[in-house]
Amino acid sequence: MPKDGIGASVKRREDLRFLTGTGRYTDDINLARQAHVHFLRADVAHATLNAVDTSAAAEMPGVLRIFTAKDFEGIGGLPCGWQVTDKHGQPMQEPKHPIMAEGKIRHVGEIVAAVVAETLDQARDAAEAIELDTEDLPAVIDMKQAVAEGSPLVHDDLTSNLCYDWGFVEENKAAVEEAFQNAAHVTTLELVNNRLVANPMEPRVAIGDYAMHDDSSTLYTTSQNPHVIRLLMGAFVLGIPEHKLRVVAPDVGGGFGTKIFHYAEEAFCTFAAKQLRRPVKWTSTRSEAFISDAHGRDHVTTIQLALDAENNFTALRTDTYANMGAYLSTFAPSVPTWLHGTLMAGNYRTPLIYVNVKAVFTNTVPVDAYRGAGRPEATFQLERVVDKAARELGVDPAELRRQNFIRKDQFPYATPVAVEYDTGDYEATLDKAMQMADYAGFETRRAASVAKGKLRGIGLSHYIEACGIAPSNLVGQLGARAGLYESATVRVNATGGLVVMTGSHSHGQGHETSFPQVVADMIGISPDQVEIVHGDTANTPMGMGTYGSRSIAVGGSAMVRATEKIIAKAKKIAAHLMEASEADIELKDGAFSVAGTDKSVAWGDVTLAAYVPHNYPLDDIEPGLEETAFYDPANFTYPSGCYICEVEVDPDTGRVEVQSFVAADDFGNVINPMIVEGQVQGGVGQGIGQALLENCVYDADGQLLSASYMDYAMPRASDLPMIDVDHSCQTPCTHNPLGVKGCGEAGAIGSPPALVNAVIDALQRDGKSVPHIDMPLSPARVWAAMNA
Amino acid sequence: MKVTMHVNGRQVSGEAEGRTLLSAFLREELGLTGTHIGCDTSQCGACTVHVDGKQVKSCTMFAAEAEGAEITTIEGMANADGSLSAIQQAFQDYHGLQCGFCTPGMVMAAAALLEEIPQPTEAQIRHHLDGNICRCTGYHNIVKAIQAASGQPVAVAAE
Repeated sequence: MPKDGIGASVKRREDLRFLTGTGRYTDDINLARQAHVHFLRADVAHATLNAVDTSAAAEMPGVLRIFTAKDFEGIGGLPCGWQVTDKHGQPMQEPKHPIMAEGKIRHVGEIVAAVVAETLDQARDAAEAIELDTEDLPAVIDMKQAVAEGSPLVHDDLTSNLCYDWGFVEENKAAVEEAFQNAAHVTTLELVNNRLVANPMEPRVAIGDYAMHDDSSTLYTTSQNPHVIRLLMGAFVLGIPEHKLRVVAPDVGGGFGTKIFHYAEEAFCTFAAKQLRRPVKWTSTRSEAFISDAHGRDHVTTIQLALDAENNFTALRTDTYANMGAYLSTFAPSVPTWLHGTLMAGNYRTPLIYVNVKAVFTNTVPVDAYRGAGRPEATFQLERVVDKAARELGVDPAELRRQNFIRKDQFPYATPVAVEYDTGDYEATLDKAMQMADYAGFETRRAASVAKGKLRGIGLSHYIEACGIAPSNLVGQLGARAGLYESATVRVNATGGLVVMTGSHSHGQGHETSFPQVVADMIGISPDQVEIVHGDTANTPMGMGTYGSRSIAVGGSAMVRATEKIIAKAKKIAAHLMEASEADIELKDGAFSVAGTDKSVAWGDVTLAAYVPHNYPLDDIEPGLEETAFYDPANFTYPSGCYICEVEVDPDTGRVEVQSFVAADDFGNVINPMIVEGQVQGGVGQGIGQALLENCVYDADGQLLSASYMDYAMPRASDLPMIDVDHSCQTPCTHNPLGVKGCGEAGAIGSPPALVNAVIDALQRDGKSVPHIDMPLSPARVWAAMNA
Repeated sequence: MKVTMHVNGRQVSGEAEGRTLLSAFLREELGLTGTHIGCDTSQCGACTVHVDGKQVKSCTMFAAEAEGAEITTIEGMANADGSLSAIQQAFQDYHGLQCGFCTPGMVMAAAALLEEIPQPTEAQIRHHLDGNICRCTGYHNIVKAIQAASGQPVAVAAE
């Protein structure tokens, strides 16, 4: 085990500030002469907005100015970063996404007016004096009703509430139909992937600042990708060129996807700061977060699996309704399509697949990526339908999976849904998880549960995910309006210390610890000599940020490429210093030596020479030691794994208790095992939350019923078990320099189906004919299913 | 109104309205931004501090109610020489934090628990943490950190 390089569980350096209360989150920033904004938000889901009377409010104490949609005439709407083409070759319907409601309210929580005042309390007080002239319209909430003939329209300028009707792969459709006609067995499952709220513990914050002396704007924001915000807000909304706009995302308290997107509040604070010539700060309350952060999931799916007489999967087809909410959030259209349809092969050899997705506008908060983004939805339906098929056919769910796995010797493997998996060994993770879970000893444990009056079940799931997002040329063809490379600048200082300026962003992932492990390992120095800078567009190269489990696979690769350039140049300097041939220079343990001789110079001697170039090959190379690399991945990475969950169900109350949870993941090579294990445990915690507790519920009028921690059941310590994780099954990625695959989302992707499969197993072993229960598996739902 | 209290061993005063919560007073008036605000329904526990030796969510009381009280916040938890206390050190050693936002509240809750029950069971730890929400860790490593800080063997996952 290396002491502190690649593969070592180095303790996190960022913990020192977080444990002592000296972190610097956006809300900890207060600027001189700062004003505060309170947003008046719609409390109805669908209404005409005839007038906003701010006259009384404007006279209230401390009020500086009240903004309404009229102030944003001529200003762009919030852009959507991905255009999906429908099955007829037509672009999706793409309505304007205004900063504030323009003439119509389309969801509870939409901004109607903004009060900027000297203090937040004054802004809030004044907002209560604003009078709205509105006329309620019938709310469009249920997706299938939304696309039915005669439904009210969320957007009057669109032809329907259907954003797109996507078929994938359309050319396969007829062959899939034929395979179903010839099937020996067809398993059908209708299910809901419940709507969730990401709920990073730090609510969103935005502070706009404007400097009149150079006409520049700065936005401090809780973002996973400050450069993306700078590009979207600058170019598409406010018309500020990038050299006049700085976006800073300092310590960010969790993201889980919902801090990827460009939000109205960011644009507002930047805009208002310039208008008022004062910094303008907004801090979301948790209640605001529930009605303004983009939500996640919310799919309604019918999935069918065809099998032949030997139980081989022969075809798969799915029919999904995906909720977009009232507007298209930044990456919303890509989630149910390219991050979902492309994963429907899962870990299996199913030769024919057809995926249909209808994306629907409703009078609800916009829906976009949440940890896993499309891949949990794909994995859940696939692993549930495979499990259901096994139960219908009377075979062990583990063995049905094993029989249909893509085999270890079949990689690279091109699936029928347009992706090519580079490496994997699915039997290895299955065997590992079964061993960890003591699968063979289940009956003994079940007997013990039964003896105390409980039902016991065991469930497993496999997952595959496409991470390391993403090859730019490929996603460009698929409708992405951005590149998805990553960047790093490695600056070596004269005395040998390094600073890595990365486009990746850490909001809990521990980059400040794990990234130096890579660079230090390459040079042979201590990670303490490497510092990471991230989160500020003023001092990092253009980068796409952190989501899609991409930081080490894409950002780490950029850092490796830049460090390779550093080493190549340092070797030239070392060769000059030692009067040797460059080809003979070796770098080991922080020293350069000449092969076959005892000549050597230390890392610090070379770096000093680069900046004090008295004895230096100035004819050949420039002084200094600083390099930048942009890395654009050749393919996605494909982490995979097997999760096994064991539950007890109380037959009297329907309460489910998770008894054990094991995760055997294949992440390829691992940089910091401690951090990787923490990522999986956290992801599994969120997945168990989705499966057992969390549910975002609207009533028929579009009121959000689960709009606070009083009603939205977040997993708490006593809801979760210890989570046993293993990453010893490693098939390194073949197309990035570190052989890494990414680990951030796996836990949230693989865990919900394992848990639901376990509950169904418990019920069916008890003789109850319950084929499916929709998440969350609350006591009420489980009891109702048992007693139906 | 002027409010005076002892915070982390020092007497401090600041201005507060009647409606000003202790959490807001600590952050905005005293600049002690280690106390975090993660919700508005007193559910998340990110704002947990100690008031006269008791664990309190600082959003559940007005600043004026803390007149004359002894308050300890996360900024007052390190050893006198600035090194991490045993609980803080255990959180680092066992990777009991990721984004760090809930962490001050978790540390304050853990300290109160160990004051009350020096050697808590895993179930007692989980029960005590029910007022503190963490979205990052799945609690696994927080539980381990508290076990370690109490000098007990650290749990492994159930077999």
